[in-house]
Amino acid sequence: MESETQNPNPKASKVETKPKMDSKDQSFKLQANNVDVFYGDFQAIKNISLDILERSITAFIGPSGCGKSTFLRLFNRMNDYIDGFHMEGEISLDKQDIYDPSIKVEELRKTVGMVFQKPNPFPKSIYENVAYGLRIQGIKDEDFIEKRVVESLKQATLFSEIKDDLDKQALALSGGQQQRLCIARALAVKPSVLLMDEPTSALDPISSGKIEDLVHELKKNYTIVIVTHNMQQAGRVSDNTAFLYMGELIEYGDTQKIFTNPEKDRTQNYITGRFG
Amino acid sequence: MNKVNTSRFKDKAFRRLGMVVTVSCLLILAVFVGFVLYMGLDRLSWEFLMSLPSRFADQSGIYTAWIGSIWVLVLTTLISFPLGVGAGIYLEEYGKKNKLATFLEINIANLAGVPSIIYGLLGLEVFVRIMQMGNSILAGALTLALLILPIIIVSTRESLRAVPSSIRDASNALGASKWQTIWNQVLPASFGGILTGVILALSRAVGETAPLIVVGALAYVPFAPRGPLDEFTVLPIQIFNWVSRPQHEFVINAAAAIIVLLLITFVMNGIAVYLRNRWQSKMKW
Ligand SMILES: Nc1ncnc2c1ncn2[C@@H]1O[C@H](COP(=O)(O)OP(=O)(O)OP(=O)(O)O)[C@@H](O)[C@H]1O
Ligand SMILES: [Mg+2]
Repeated sequence: MESETQNPNPKASKVETKPKMDSKDQSFKLQANNVDVFYGDFQAIKNISLDILERSITAFIGPSGCGKSTFLRLFNRMNDYIDGFHMEGEISLDKQDIYDPSIKVEELRKTVGMVFQKPNPFPKSIYENVAYGLRIQGIKDEDFIEKRVVESLKQATLFSEIKDDLDKQALALSGGQQQRLCIARALAVKPSVLLMDEPTSALDPISSGKIEDLVHELKKNYTIVIVTHNMQQAGRVSDNTAFLYMGELIEYGDTQKIFTNPEKDRTQNYITGRFG
Repeated sequence: MNKVNTSRFKDKAFRRLGMVVTVSCLLILAVFVGFVLYMGLDRLSWEFLMSLPSRFADQSGIYTAWIGSIWVLVLTTLISFPLGVGAGIYLEEYGKKNKLATFLEINIANLAGVPSIIYGLLGLEVFVRIMQMGNSILAGALTLALLILPIIIVSTRESLRAVPSSIRDASNALGASKWQTIWNQVLPASFGGILTGVILALSRAVGETAPLIVVGALAYVPFAPRGPLDEFTVLPIQIFNWVSRPQHEFVINAAAAIIVLLLITFVMNGIAVYLRNRWQSKMKW
């Protein structure tokens, strides 16, 4: 009990920051190096270092408020809008520091797409939702856009359900369909990384299952980072899992190992539902 | 009586009370409109609309007044719409959220409550005298624009704030620039609200009398204005002038002019309601 409430000193026990590679030609897509995040005076992320493998699925788990969303949003700089947000350390994408002043945030976000907790389609037609990312890039070629829209909807396994009503209002879709539409919308700009912040927490089990299958499929071409509160989900879909607690990275590594034989008691306790 | 019954009784009583209050308000309005219609409807004619003012009540018309009103309305719109909406967008989307911003916000809200005659005095000094516009439509329109700017700014900001942040997030996360997000998502989603605010502000401007009297709109203008620098009158001033005359015929003229003015405001409010409903039904989330 004593050790539960005490703040573990990150330097006292070394935390593994690099997952094992499946093969030699895989490399690290995203890397965080000694990252601290502050909201005003409050420190939400405490000296986290962690590398994420390309074309893999990495899950962030941990109790509410431990900093999963904050950490996730560092990779596409969505925290930049928050008053009082301040970051130290380095985050890189393909070895390039994304907080460097020379980086254009708009360009970064074309490479690092995001799917949110609550499906948030635009109040427009299904077609225009998916086309939006292309239109804001100034693409005018309607044939190209249409091809990309159809392709993205197919990738998101939504096309067959809605192929006859592409002009239908996106808000008329079911929650699960809306979330897959949001995934299609993110895919349409051809990112290489997809960040997902609890993408199924607002959905029923069947819709969640569809999204999980989809995520699994997308792994072939994308690097996916997913935040989830659902332990089974993390166990099912991810290759590697990072367990965060009160702003610190407690344990990181192969999902199977984390779930069957974690190194830290705290991880064990959280996974078996004894706290959090 | 047990608790459930008491609360049910209170519920019923409050509903009755609300009903009575609403109905009596509507009744008072209905009586007023009915009275004006009864007095003025017979006087309304094409001739009345197209005649210049005259010493003789039965030859007098409101041609110069409604032309003047339209001129003022159009100019006020052209000035206040871009300025007010622009300022609202700037303050809400781009302005830093610091002490100065809070100070500005409070002051803009306060400005919306300043009596209109004060704006008239400001307009008289700044536009009529210092900028030497004289008693012109332009001076009047600028004064009214100042008067309604705070209302437009506040309602624009409120409409922008009502746009859910999830929509902004979605757009930003796809690589949209700040302006692209505002232009493509935030403005379309809030435009109904913004427009409603602008129209309601304008319909207030159409009925304003005091500031225009101060900047020198005249009751008797023998010619319809041709340009923004001409002298002018507007419907409320014409009405004000007529009701203050002792002869009953002029009072009837005033009633007829009131009908026209009411019609203009009702139509404007109608448009506002229509737009709001239209945009709201399109923008559900
Ligand atoms: N905009 C903000 N301003 C100030 N503090 C914030 C802000 N957003 C988050 N925090 C704080 O930072 C910490 C981490 O929040 P974060 O949203 O990253 O947690 P989370 O792990 O995603 O939680 P949940 O599982 O509930 O989504 C929390 O203590 C939270 O109170
Ligand atoms: Mg979260």
